[in-house]
Amino acid sequence: MLIKFIEKFGKKILTMAESLGRIILFFLNGVMHIFTLPIQFAKIIDQTWFIGSKSIFVIILTGLFTGMVLGLQGYYSLVKVGSEAALGAAVALTLICELGPVFTAIMVTARAGSSMTAEIGVMRISEQIDALKTMHINPVRFLFSPRIIAAVISFPLLTALFDVVGIIGGFISGSIMLGINRHVYMDTIIQSIKVHDINGGFYKSFAFAVVTTTICCYRGYYTHLYSGFGARGVSLSTTNAVVQSCIAVFVFDYIITFFLV
Amino acid sequence: MMTIPLVQFIDVNKSFGGSPVLKGVNLSIYQGEIIVVIGKSGTGKSVLLKHITGLVHQDSGQILIEGRPLNHLSAPDRKSFYKKLSYMFQDNALFDFMNIYDNIALPLVENSKFPKDQVKEKVLERMEQLGLSGIEEKFPAQLSGGMRKRVALARALVIDPKIVLFDEPTTGLDPIRKKKIHSMIQEYQKKFEFTAIIVSHDIPEIFNVAQRIALLDDGIIKFEGSKKDILDSHGKIINDFIQGKDI
Repeated sequence: MLIKFIEKFGKKILTMAESLGRIILFFLNGVMHIFTLPIQFAKIIDQTWFIGSKSIFVIILTGLFTGMVLGLQGYYSLVKVGSEAALGAAVALTLICELGPVFTAIMVTARAGSSMTAEIGVMRISEQIDALKTMHINPVRFLFSPRIIAAVISFPLLTALFDVVGIIGGFISGSIMLGINRHVYMDTIIQSIKVHDINGGFYKSFAFAVVTTTICCYRGYYTHLYSGFGARGVSLSTTNAVVQSCIAVFVFDYIITFFLV
Repeated sequence: MMTIPLVQFIDVNKSFGGSPVLKGVNLSIYQGEIIVVIGKSGTGKSVLLKHITGLVHQDSGQILIEGRPLNHLSAPDRKSFYKKLSYMFQDNALFDFMNIYDNIALPLVENSKFPKDQVKEKVLERMEQLGLSGIEEKFPAQLSGGMRKRVALARALVIDPKIVLFDEPTTGLDPIRKKKIHSMIQEYQKKFEFTAIIVSHDIPEIFNVAQRIALLDDGIIKFEGSKKDILDSHGKIINDFIQGKDI
């Protein structure tokens, strides 16, 4: 009984180590091929449009409502201690340091990451990846490298957009709806936000871009190893990619915050 | 003097998850010929082809390329061998997100240093030869099964390969389309003088295309010979297979 348990446990550990090794190699292979000539400009632009531009509406919508909720909740919490004047700073700091990068990463993963996994997964099960290999085209370079560079470009820009729209959302609920002086709202933001805070948010969004894109592309690329072939395999891979990316975002958020504070 | 085979399988074994698929395959493929590998579904015909492309590696045995073991070739030699090779997949493996022109041009665009106008000239020439003119901007999903096969064939031939591997090139096609694809393979093989290795179920139609035939059954090559040999053969396995009986 005990030996069986140890055997099972050991097998699980080995499988995990194997997966970890595979994802690290996949990532390194993809990063290395960003720099191999010729640089894939057209694909990078195409993916930046897909990951970045096509996410703008979702980011504006989520950013606006996140900011509005923060403004609303923040006001009623701060008013209890007579500090409602600090609402602008509270909303902006929460967004720039924490919610902006995290929510942006989650929304982009849900929209673009899931699509990456599904697209690459379908390519795997329909032998399109094998076809690339027979044409002497490196599939990791072809499929993953442009996506990771596009994500690294898009995530920080989308995070900045989320932050700005969120601050406007906080302004709408705090100043326009609840009557906080708009100059006070803006002044507290300007006085409380330091370059260090903005940089911290960007470091996070950069890390989230790398982590989520790697997980989503990896899950699609190796869909046959984890979820099997067929439509069900691709759907399972897509679900796993989104769940694992979101978990990774929270884990990395904690790690980065630990080093930044 | 004996001719050295272009590709030679010597006692090749391959298992997947403990179940053996190839159990000591011996097969010789000669330069410039059309060889057809026949056999029941699931006997490892596609696996056999994938060994040549390097998509699958044998567990034991050897694959010789012009007399030299494939796994002992130097990296540049192996690369140069693979560059001569084209593979037409059973389900075409066309890229859904690319239009027909880009699908056909892909191996040239990604691998060659041809200028854009030369790539265009080559792609349009192949498209015209295969009766695909005018559909450059369409996507694979917008084409019929037969047209998709022709696009896959155009993509396989655009790099002027020396060896073309056809994995059941006529699966799912009606008899007229099948005949067309077969005659196309024959015609282009003559024209471009490539070595064609075809995996097929289409008995007896494929015999009109084949110069040599190999029967893969139960993981081994049970027959290898010319069309005449196979038709003259009184072997039970061959006759049963041709007549569609369970072997």
